Amino acid sequence: MATPQSAYQEMLKGLWRDNPVFVQVLGMCPMLAVTNSAVNAIAMGLATFFVLVGSSFLVSSMKSLIPKPVRISVYVIIIATFVTVVDYTLLALFPVVHKELGAFIPLIVANCMILGRQEAFASKHTVKYAVMDAVGMAGGFLVALFALGAVREILGEGKLFGFSLFGDHFEPWVIMILPPGGFITLGLLLLLFNWVGERKKSFLAQVAAAERSRA
Amino acid sequence: MDDLLWIFISSLLINNFVLAYFLGLCPFLGVSNRLETSFRLGLATTFVLLITALCAWFLNTYVLIHAPYLRLISFIVVIASTVQFIEMAIKKLSPALFKSLGIFLPLITTNCAILGLAIFATNRGYGLWEGLTFALGAGAGFTLAMVLMAGIRQESEINNVPALVRGTAFNLIIAGILSMAFMGFAGLFSST
Repeated sequence: MATPQSAYQEMLKGLWRDNPVFVQVLGMCPMLAVTNSAVNAIAMGLATFFVLVGSSFLVSSMKSLIPKPVRISVYVIIIATFVTVVDYTLLALFPVVHKELGAFIPLIVANCMILGRQEAFASKHTVKYAVMDAVGMAGGFLVALFALGAVREILGEGKLFGFSLFGDHFEPWVIMILPPGGFITLGLLLLLFNWVGERKKSFLAQVAAAERSRA
Repeated sequence: MDDLLWIFISSLLINNFVLAYFLGLCPFLGVSNRLETSFRLGLATTFVLLITALCAWFLNTYVLIHAPYLRLISFIVVIASTVQFIEMAIKKLSPALFKSLGIFLPLITTNCAILGLAIFATNRGYGLWEGLTFALGAGAGFTLAMVLMAGIRQESEINNVPALVRGTAFNLIIAGILSMAFMGFAGLFSST
């Protein structure tokens, strides 16, 4: 078995290197639809967090009981159960948030990132690693949702978490909180991510070249 | 009759599933690189959407009044298995049709557009005919968006796009511009 150090690494990889949104481009339907404000984005991120961690835990602890040919259906039913729990919990405790997110809470089921983690990771690893991986992936998803929601709210309304940032003479870019703004902001964020990755690669190549010439 | 027409136009253009509700983005960004494939995928999706509307109506009317908390699970299970059965039937009855549309069916079944349609139709309290019209409009809207996207992507391949921009980022920005164009349709029914 691997050392505890690598369990920690399983968690970290979801935040940056294998970020589910920016690198793997998964789970976009819920992601674009609810990120017109930072609060909604965080609520969606936390709901997804609960569903992903819960179902990874359950799938990896039941993995020897699930028959291989019907495993996908079993995963989907497990995920749908957790989503139903989230749906009713939000309705009872935070009806305002539930109303804002609307039909997109049930649609967490169709988030391919969650099913992907069950098939690719939770069904093959022990409970501890599966949960760490789920925490990392869901954390990365939350970060991405927050980044998108914050950018859209700041530009689209001039506010963050409902507090005005720029004063009265700021003209909000209404397009940013409408659907096109979601597509364009995510496109630009992906572009930024590609650019940073590209820069890092060329920097490492330069370092390697310099070391080679010195040796 | 006016109601049905309004539902159709609204789901086709104004509230386009892909460009206004962000439903079905995975195939929209993943499979939209060839015009012909996108069109066939659009047809297959429309077909599944119609079946979904039928299933959702049946479940809502006969089953879920007694157990509303089973809504999500029963939608998924019933829709997925119905599509599976129909896929088998098509394979048996018309191998040609299966070859052109059937390969997409498993890919579509757990798509968020399908589940989204079932949930929206339920939340808005649509009856059978309204649900079917909604499905037809949503499917046509999805096909329209797919075909437009594929056309633009095919065209962009022969143009000089910087390597860094190519890929998903580029497609998302195109989708944003398309979505902006579709917002213009919101004026169609300004009086209602």
